[in-house]
Amino acid sequence: MSNQKHPENLEQDFTCSSRRGFLKATTALTAIALSPTLITKAAINHRDEKLAAFFEKIPLNIEVNGKSYKMETEPRETLLDFVRERLQLTGTKKGCDHGQCGACTVHVDGKRVNSCLTLAVMQEGKKITTIEGIGSGEKLHPMQASFLKHDGFQCGYCTPGQIMSAIACINEGHANSPSEIREFMSGNICRCGAYPNIVDAIVEVKNGGQKG
Amino acid sequence: MINFDYIRMQSVKSTVKALAKFTDAKMIAGGSNLIDLMKRNVTAPTKLIDINLLPLKYIEQSKEGLRIGALALNSQAADHEIVKNKFPLLAMAINAGASPQLRNMASFGGNMMQRTRCTYFYDTSMPCNKREPNSGCGALNGINRMHAIFGANDNCIAVNPSDMNVALIALDAQVVLLNAKKERKMAFADFHKLAEDTPNLDNHLQSNEMIVEILIPENNFSKNSYYVKVRDRNSYAFALVSVAAGLELEGKTIKNARLAMGGVAHKPWRLYDAENYLQGKEINTETFKEAAKIAMKGAKGYGHNDFKLDLAPASILEALMKAAHLS
Repeated sequence: MSNQKHPENLEQDFTCSSRRGFLKATTALTAIALSPTLITKAAINHRDEKLAAFFEKIPLNIEVNGKSYKMETEPRETLLDFVRERLQLTGTKKGCDHGQCGACTVHVDGKRVNSCLTLAVMQEGKKITTIEGIGSGEKLHPMQASFLKHDGFQCGYCTPGQIMSAIACINEGHANSPSEIREFMSGNICRCGAYPNIVDAIVEVKNGGQKG
Repeated sequence: MINFDYIRMQSVKSTVKALAKFTDAKMIAGGSNLIDLMKRNVTAPTKLIDINLLPLKYIEQSKEGLRIGALALNSQAADHEIVKNKFPLLAMAINAGASPQLRNMASFGGNMMQRTRCTYFYDTSMPCNKREPNSGCGALNGINRMHAIFGANDNCIAVNPSDMNVALIALDAQVVLLNAKKERKMAFADFHKLAEDTPNLDNHLQSNEMIVEILIPENNFSKNSYYVKVRDRNSYAFALVSVAAGLELEGKTIKNARLAMGGVAHKPWRLYDAENYLQGKEINTETFKEAAKIAMKGAKGYGHNDFKLDLAPASILEALMKAAHLS
């Protein structure tokens, strides 16, 4: 192992932290660096509870569908809950909430992930794309149009996840044959069983070229 | 999910310092296993150390072999040209695991630390020595078709769920671990452990240590590698049995063989005796069948998983036949 991969010249130990557990154990300097006035005041007055409340929320800078947000998040808030409950972007669906169904699939910096199994706080500075972010107003994304054309759904609950996954599947270069598509779409479950039509929809977009 | 303290680390050095200080902290990389376990209250760390900003995402060739940073993503490796060309067994095993979304999240270090998928471990209303030491094992006399046939005892019959681990043990990988004071290197084969009397521990990583790198030495198995995974559906399911096979051939003679199984033990299960038997032999069905028979010595079923006693040797045979291009 070479040391060049471990740059140790960073002055700062960490970029952010939550709650008093970490606060108490770290230096006062760090706390002051995080939020001079509030923390110093609270520390002087020994108002631990207020301090704790402050640290339970962590600042979050995140870009969702091209729009930048400066918000706060509790560490345990998942990315899925953040986009649905905080940003009211309810296109992304909560299915199993355990990474087994793919209904919550979104893109993080262009890569498809299960938003139910990652924390919002871990997305600091990241660019998120949800189903609401792929079309342009009235104009459907080619994958959305293709799903409509090929009847790639019945109840529609899995569809936002299927479409986000399908777009990524082509971008990743894993849509070269129906069997490859089936393998690389296996993280998205459709209980209505629209699979053959979903594969057809992806094949058409793949062959016709895809924008975005 | 029970709330926790969150800290985002910037460097390896500060991370191992934090690990030394906070013995109850857990590191989070992709989170695809840890967050699931936290949602189910199987684990409830009071402190979470986010290590995603650490510069450990590299995959690169070096004199000693392929160096993979602990934070390199599974999908990154499976799509990496060097991995695909020189270590196809690893790419095959990774792509056999989880889903594309999860492989985009899962890191190498995180995958190594993945907990078992035993349903009794996940169900907090059931006894489980792994989750709650000395509470008993629900699987032993329960529904145990996913469970171990090698190296288990009555304390725990859970299996390691990772496909990546099976390829890494077959490929003689090494692991670099670091704490605040020193670095240590160990064979990947020694990283995970059997349940023994401490099924709550999956591996030998200390609470103040982190995985920093995986090293795979150069080999000559690339032309004759195969990963077989047998599961309840064609994709996106954990293995009932999986087999990683790598052969180095000189004509029809086996110069070197590597064999490992997944879904059969508390750790990725290397088949050393079968490998030794294969060395110097000619590739054919009979030889491979004999190797599979040797590999199965000491196997034991627990009722619902008795079928693995037939499925495992059949899977070994298939992996060897495919690796040798005989089927």
